[in-house]
Amino acid sequence: MVQKFRLENGGLINRDKKLSFKFNGKTYYGYEGDTLASALIANGIHLVGRSFKYHRPRGFFGAGVDEPYAIVQLYRNNETEPNIKATEQELFEGLEAKSVNCWPSVNFDIGAINNFLKIFLPAGFYYKTFMWPKSFWYRIYEPFIRKAAGLGVASTKHDKERYEHKYEYCDLLITGSGPSGLASAYAAAKNGARVILAEDKPRFGGSLLTSDVNIGNQSGEDWANSIISELNEMPNVVVKNRSQVFGYYDHNMLVMSEKVSDHLPKTKKHHPKQRLWYIRAKEVLISSGSIERPIVFGNNDTPGVMLSSAAKEYLKVYGVLVGKNPLVFTNNDSGYETAIEFKKNGINPIILDTRVNPQSEIIDEAINQGIKIKFSYVVVAAQGYKKVSSADIAKISDDKKQLGTVENIKCDCICVSGFWTPTIHLASQSGNKTKFKEEIDAFVPGTSKQNERTLGAANGTFTLEETLKSSFTAGQDLSKKITNNDNKISFPNVVEKKSSQHDKFWCVPLPKGKSYKRFLDFQNDVAVSDIEIALKEGYRSIEHVKRYTTLGMATDQGKTSNLNGLQLVSDIENKVVPAVGHTTFRPPYTPISIGAIVGREVGKHSKPIRKSPMHSWHEKNNAVFVDAGVWLRPRYYKQGKENLFEASKREAKNVRMNVGVCDVTTLGKIDIKGPDSAELLNRVYTNAWLKLPVGKARYGVMLREDGIVMDDGTTTRVSENHYHMTTTTAQAANVLSHLEYYLQLVWPELNVNVVSTTEQWAGAAIAGPKSRKLLEKLFPNNDVSNEGLPFMGYLESDLFGVKARIFRISFSGELAYEVNVESNNGNFMWEKIIELGQEFKVQPYGTEALSTLRIEMGHVAGSELDGRTISYDTSLEGLISKKKDFIGKRSLNREAFTSDDRQKIVGVVPLDKKTSIPEGSHLVKDAKAPLPNKKLGHISASCWSVEHDNPFSLAILKDGKNMIGEKLFVMSPLKNKVIPVEIVSSHYVDPKGERVRS
Amino acid sequence: MLYIKCPYCGMRSQNEFSYGGDASVKRPELNKEISDEEWDNFVYNRKSLRGKHLELWHHLAGCRQWIKVERDTATHEIFNTYKADEVIS
Ligand SMILES: [Zn+2]
Repeated sequence: MVQKFRLENGGLINRDKKLSFKFNGKTYYGYEGDTLASALIANGIHLVGRSFKYHRPRGFFGAGVDEPYAIVQLYRNNETEPNIKATEQELFEGLEAKSVNCWPSVNFDIGAINNFLKIFLPAGFYYKTFMWPKSFWYRIYEPFIRKAAGLGVASTKHDKERYEHKYEYCDLLITGSGPSGLASAYAAAKNGARVILAEDKPRFGGSLLTSDVNIGNQSGEDWANSIISELNEMPNVVVKNRSQVFGYYDHNMLVMSEKVSDHLPKTKKHHPKQRLWYIRAKEVLISSGSIERPIVFGNNDTPGVMLSSAAKEYLKVYGVLVGKNPLVFTNNDSGYETAIEFKKNGINPIILDTRVNPQSEIIDEAINQGIKIKFSYVVVAAQGYKKVSSADIAKISDDKKQLGTVENIKCDCICVSGFWTPTIHLASQSGNKTKFKEEIDAFVPGTSKQNERTLGAANGTFTLEETLKSSFTAGQDLSKKITNNDNKISFPNVVEKKSSQHDKFWCVPLPKGKSYKRFLDFQNDVAVSDIEIALKEGYRSIEHVKRYTTLGMATDQGKTSNLNGLQLVSDIENKVVPAVGHTTFRPPYTPISIGAIVGREVGKHSKPIRKSPMHSWHEKNNAVFVDAGVWLRPRYYKQGKENLFEASKREAKNVRMNVGVCDVTTLGKIDIKGPDSAELLNRVYTNAWLKLPVGKARYGVMLREDGIVMDDGTTTRVSENHYHMTTTTAQAANVLSHLEYYLQLVWPELNVNVVSTTEQWAGAAIAGPKSRKLLEKLFPNNDVSNEGLPFMGYLESDLFGVKARIFRISFSGELAYEVNVESNNGNFMWEKIIELGQEFKVQPYGTEALSTLRIEMGHVAGSELDGRTISYDTSLEGLISKKKDFIGKRSLNREAFTSDDRQKIVGVVPLDKKTSIPEGSHLVKDAKAPLPNKKLGHISASCWSVEHDNPFSLAILKDGKNMIGEKLFVMSPLKNKVIPVEIVSSHYVDPKGERVRS
Repeated sequence: MLYIKCPYCGMRSQNEFSYGGDASVKRPELNKEISDEEWDNFVYNRKSLRGKHLELWHHLAGCRQWIKVERDTATHEIFNTYKADEVIS
C-alpha cells in the first residue's frame, strides 16, 4: 500500500528500511524511525480511537508525550500492553496495535450514540446520575460504564519480560536534550562534572530538530548531533535516550524510566525491557521545554485538528503531511513556522491569525513566500465527523468579543497554535512554588526548594540565544562549584528569526444560535460548558473543579488542557489566573509500567530466602518446606504417601517415644559481651539474672515498655562476661535493635557489646527419652549424665574434632539438648546425629511436629505472644521479679492488666475427642445466642495431641484461671463450625515438667 | 527518599534506616517512683508536631548505630544529624 501522505524526501527516518505493521487488523507500511503515529498519518489514517465519555472520533493531536487522543493497545512478541501513546511508540517490524474505547469497531462505535442523541453527559454526571438506587451501582451502572469506557486491557498473563532497577549518583542530572539541555550538559561535562543527560525521545535535540535556526554555522540539528557525539566520548557523561525522568522526590532523588527494548520487535537476550533509574543528583537542571497550547473553538476535537508544532514535527522529522490542504490557526508566530514548512514542500496553507496587524521577520517571510494570511480571523468550528473537511471561520472584533459573518472554507486539517506552556511538572514536584508569568500567560518555576534550576522554554525563555546563554552559564557555574574546574567555552554564533508578541487569546466565542462543543480536555471530554456548570453549582477551588469535571485527570494529566481550563475559570470568576492557581503536579509525569516499578522483585526474588546449612540434607530427605519469615524450614519429612497430618504425628510420636532431631538454626542468636552484660539482661528480662552461674542457661521473657510480652528465649552464661542469647525466629532482628536502643541511647553507661550470631551457628535440637543415649555417642569424652549436664546446663565440647556447644534446654517438653556448631560444620553435625542415632530410632522432625510437641506441653510461642498479651495471660507471671525494675514493669499495674477476670491461657479439648478445632476460632458461652455473640476468647494454636490421641488446642480465655472444667463452644463462622469443648489446663502433658529434668 | 548523613558512615539513603520516633523522649530512671501520668507520657504521648523535630533513626543496614536527626516533618529538610551521645546545643 502506498504511503499517500509521505513526502518524497526529507525527514530523519531511514527510508532504506521499510517496516510492515498492523493497525486494527489491516497491514500498512512505514519506515524505521517512524512512530506508530507518523506511520499511520503517512498512510492517511486519522481515526484511531474514541473519546472516553462521548465516544467521539479521535485522531492525533500532538507528536509526543502530550498526546491526549492516540492511545492504543499494543501487541508485541505475544504480549499485550494498554495505554500506549501512538505518538511515542516507535515502529518496529511486525508491530500490531488496536484502537481502544470503541466497540465493535473504531468506525462504527455503539457508545457514540451518546453523542448523536445529544445526551451529553454534563459535569459531575457520574456523581449525579449513578448515585441511586444504591444497589444499582455494582450490578448495573459500574459494569456498563466499565464496558463502554476503558482505555485498553491489561494482560492477565505472567509478564515474562525482565525489568531492572539501577541506582546512580551524579553531579548534574539534566532532563531534556533540547538546546538548554545540550548547552548545560556540555558546559558541565567540560568542567569534569559527572553528568547524566536524559532524553525521553529516541532522538536528541528537542526543538532543534524542527526549528529553522543556525548555531555556530551549523543547522540546529547538526549542532545537536555534534554535541551529543562529543558527550558520548566523555567518560564522565551518561547520555540516555528513550529515558523519561518522571518523578522528583525528596533530597534530589529523581526516578527515570528507560525504555530499553520497547522499540524492538523482541527484547534481546539478557536485556531488560525497561530499566528504572533511581538517581541521586547534586544538582538538577530541568530542560523539559514547553508544550504548545491549543486554542479552544467549536468541535476542536475533530480528527485533523492538531497542534501546529506537531504538524511541523511530522513534516520535518518523519517527512509526513498531516494534510494536503492545511489551515493554520494561530495567535503567535509559531503557526507561521509550520505554514512555511508546508509551503517549502509544495503545499499551500492558509493562516488565520487572531492578531490585528502583527509584524515580524517570520511573518514577512511567510508573506514573501506568497502564503495566504487572514489577520483578525478565527476558526469558529471544525466541520466533518471522522476527519476535518472544512472550517467555519469568521473575522473577530479587536476586543475579541464579536464575530463577523461566518464563512466556510475547505481544508483537511487545522493546525492550532495558542502559544506555549512551559513544562514545569518536575520543578513543581520538587516543591518549587511556581509563579505566573504574565507575558506568556503561563506558570514558570519560582524560587528553588531543592537543588534544582529550570532553563530555557521550561522556564519561559523562548529565544534560542537567551536559552543557550543561560544554559551554558548554568552548566558552567554549577559544575565549577562541584569540581573547581573552570573551562571557559566560547559561545557560538546564533542565527534565529525574531518573533513578535503573541495574542492573549485562547477561546473563540460561540456564534449566535450555535452550541458547538468546545473542548478543554480532549481525553476526558471536558468542554467549556462543563466548567461553567461546575462553577454555577458552586465549585470554587480549582482542585474541586478538576475532580468534579475530571479536567486534566486522564492519562495525559492535562498536559494540553490545564492552562485553558484555568483561563476559563479565571474569566468566569473574574479573577486573574494566579489567584485561581493550578492543581498540584504529582509523579509520574507519564504513565509508568507496573513491571518497571516492581523490577526484579517478582516470584522467588520478591524477598530474600534464608536457608540453614542443613538445607540440602532436608531436601534430599523429602522435606516439605514452610516459610518462617524469610527462612525456609522443613515442615515435615514425607515418607511414602504420608500427608502433613500423618507425617507430623509420626515425627512427634517418635520424639515422645524415642528421639528426634530438629533443625533450629533459624533461632535468633545474639552474642553479648562486656562487664555489664548481667546488668543489661537483668534490665531487659522480667526475671533475675545477676546470679546466673557460668555454664548455666536460663529462660527469660522480655517486655516492651507498654508491658506487652516482646519475646522469650534462653540465655546462657558462656563465661564470666560472655552470654549467648537466643530469641524466637520471628523477633530476632527486633530484639537486636531493642538491645542496641537501650545500650546506645538509654543506658550508654553500661559496658556491653551485642552482635547477631544467628548465621554463625548451626543448631540441632535433640529431643526424646533416648536423647541422652544419643548424646553419649556423639560426645563420648563428656559426662552428659543428669549430674554432669543437668537441666539448663551448658557444656563446651568437641564433636569428632568439631567445636560444639551443648545446651540442655527443651522446647518439646522432653529430655532434650540443643547442639550448636559453626555453620560450616552444620551438615557434618546433622549427619553424625542421624548416623549415630540409628540405633535409637532417631527421626528428623519438622515445624509441624515441633508445634504439636510444644502445644500439648502448653509452651507458648508466637501465636500466644502475639503483641496483645502480657506475662499473666501466657502464665509467665512467675518469672516477674518483685525485687528489681525492668523494661515495661511500670506498665504492669495498669488497671486492665490487673483486673480479676483478666484473660489467661488455657487448654481446650473437644467433647467428642475427634473434631479438630480451627485456629482463630472464638470461644462463646452459648452457641445459639443472638448476634453479636459475646466472645470470651480465641483459639491460638491447635494440634493433634500424640500423647492423648485426640485434638488439643491452646486458647487465650477471659478469666481463664477460673474456667478450668467449664464447657463452652468453639465457633468458626469462617469454617462454619460449632464445636462443644471443655476447658482444661494448658499443660496437657507432663504438667509437673518432670521429663525435662529426667 | 530521604538522604541522611550518618555521623559514622556519611550520606546514605533512607532505605538503610529505620525510624525511631521523637529523640527528646527520656526514659524515666529505673527504680524511680513516678506518677501514672509521667509514665503515660513516656510510653504513649507524642507531639506529632509540624516543623523542626529531633528524632531517632537507626542505621539498621549500616553501622547499626542509633543517631539523632533534626528534620522538618513538613518539608523533610534535614538540618543536622548527631551521634547518640553528642551534646546538641
Ligand atoms: Zn551509619
